Amino acid sequence: MKDIDVIERSRAGARQKISARNVQVRYGHTAAIKNVSVDIAADTVTAFIGPSGCGKSTFLRCLNRMNDTIDTCRVTGEIRIDDEDIHDPKVDPVQLRAKVGMVFQKPNPFAKSIYDNVAYGPKIHGLARTKAELGDIVKVALEKAALWDEVKDRLDSPGTGLSGGQQQRLCIARAIATAPQVLLMDEPCSALDPIATAQIEELIHDLRRNYCVVIVTHSMQQAARISQKTAFFHLGSLVEYGDTDQVFTAPRDSRTESYITGRIG
Amino acid sequence: MTPPAHSLLKSDDRTRRRRASEARFRACGLAAIGIAALALAVLLTSVLANGAGAFRQTYIKLQIPLPEASLDKAGQRDPAAMAKVSTFGYAALLHAALLDRIAALQIETELADQDVAAMISKEAAATLRDHVLANPHLIGGMAAMDVLAAGRIDGYFKGRVTLKSAAMDGNTSPQALQLARKLADADVIETRFNWRFLTAPDASDQRPEAAGLGVAMLGSLYMMLVVLALALPVGVAASIYLEEFAPRSRISDLIEVNISNLAAVPSIVFGILGLAVFINFAGMRQSSPLVGGLVLTLMTLPTIIISTRAALKSVPPSIRDAALALGASRMQAVFHHVLPLAAPGILTGTILGLAQALGETAPLLLIGMVAFVRDYPVAYSDTAGLFGDAATALPVQVFNWTQRADPGFAERASGAIITLLVFLAVMNTAAILLRRRFERRW
Repeated sequence: MKDIDVIERSRAGARQKISARNVQVRYGHTAAIKNVSVDIAADTVTAFIGPSGCGKSTFLRCLNRMNDTIDTCRVTGEIRIDDEDIHDPKVDPVQLRAKVGMVFQKPNPFAKSIYDNVAYGPKIHGLARTKAELGDIVKVALEKAALWDEVKDRLDSPGTGLSGGQQQRLCIARAIATAPQVLLMDEPCSALDPIATAQIEELIHDLRRNYCVVIVTHSMQQAARISQKTAFFHLGSLVEYGDTDQVFTAPRDSRTESYITGRIG
Repeated sequence: MTPPAHSLLKSDDRTRRRRASEARFRACGLAAIGIAALALAVLLTSVLANGAGAFRQTYIKLQIPLPEASLDKAGQRDPAAMAKVSTFGYAALLHAALLDRIAALQIETELADQDVAAMISKEAAATLRDHVLANPHLIGGMAAMDVLAAGRIDGYFKGRVTLKSAAMDGNTSPQALQLARKLADADVIETRFNWRFLTAPDASDQRPEAAGLGVAMLGSLYMMLVVLALALPVGVAASIYLEEFAPRSRISDLIEVNISNLAAVPSIVFGILGLAVFINFAGMRQSSPLVGGLVLTLMTLPTIIISTRAALKSVPPSIRDAALALGASRMQAVFHHVLPLAAPGILTGTILGLAQALGETAPLLLIGMVAFVRDYPVAYSDTAGLFGDAATALPVQVFNWTQRADPGFAERASGAIITLLVFLAVMNTAAILLRRRFERRW
């Protein structure tokens, strides 16, 4: 295990997927993110931890420009994905979001069938030329999300009729069906029971091979279990960022230590 | 063991007071519902009791000789020549037919001949004339026809007119009623369901027995089509823009407040607006369903916009986020995911808006829909254009009839109210059913 992580880390060090410089986010007059600079590696799971309201979700939403949908929100600074500035006027957020998928805190399947939930992204982006191709995409996405065996006989039934854990895996399948390169997950397990959480964590572990996964979590055990890199946010600032092992065993900043030992947060 | 200081088995003063106030509140609520139910019951009973008669009508069954000598002197069956015989000519035939019938049945009456003639509705001669002009081959033979009885005779068989009231009535007499009773016993006079009430046009002041809702229903139908075609797309488009696309700014706040204000504007103001803008300025035709529909559209728009926005607001934002995060454009998110979920609410709001428009009277009075219209309006004509033909509307017809002197019209007005209520009930039921149907998808 240790060896694999070392290899992963060296690979990750070689290829940066996302690089953020001096990112600031304001909601009206309130600063939510202050001057965050971070590099996120490809084929790695990066965890954002920190107490509630520290800005980790806000920062996550900067990475696919979901903050654009909030009227009062202003983002400054530079974010590059594959060395392209995502705030460039030539960038259409529609294309950006096809490349950077997102899974939300609460499962939010569409009020459509399981099949249509997964097929929606490929359909609007024109990823399949024939019905059969679309069917294959749906099948592969559901298989990757470890949901195929449970739903293959009832693809026509509503996605909202699944259990909470199944719904969340459906949302993950929906996100990966558009073939994104980055997958953002905003506390994907906070509404789930331990069994469903374990299934999702296993899934994230598998996804790491093909995707750059960024996950916001409140559970430090979860961050320790699934991530290779961890970033600790506090009061809108990035306090510490490093290998997960190092952050949890030998934190450099006293605030990080206080948080992971349960003294703040 | 000593009992606890505060036993659960005994309620203290404070709890008792709370219980008492709760009981008082429940009683108030029940009383309020009782009052509302009573008001509804009284309203329905009074309308049904007064209006049920409008759906039954008294007819006199006659065999009418149609002599060629008086109806078509030239014998050419030339429509223009035949049309020269006025309703007076036909009225004489009807009177003769009725007198013959009475004589044949050997019924004794002290009534003068012209009083017997007055038992037939003045409308009957016109009906017979139209019938003969449409079927010239009948001339020279006999026509079997059920003709309308006069309003008082009709009222007698529905209990509105009595022998006592007839004694003080200049339009009829107890003898006429007695004769009518004998004719009814001889199966010459019959009271049966009144289809004419739903199909015939309005009739003049002296002929309540002939008045119907045909023109008013057509007018209302045309107006509803105009309202539906304009208010639904405009209202839904405006709501979607305001709710999903418009940036929050002082201007959008101002628009929002003013839409709510518009919903509270008295409807008669929309009538004045329609008169000034559509008729006086744009030169559209008075009394036309097009103008009526436009005015009602303006009146219904705020209702539709408010209910549509509420329906859009009730769609959880997580659905929009999900679509946007997948790379859907704003429009795709709205049309693929938000609108289908909001559709039941939008439909309900629209149908309720239409129901409100269907029952609206005041603005229509100002644009001339209160006029006396006998001709069925056509949906399109070269001279008047689309929905440009003069018409009335159901609620305006009620208003119109309640103003007339003959008590027969009071019955007609209540009958029209029943018809209007049936339409409203059907529309509201449709709203509920559509809502259920769309919601049942999931």
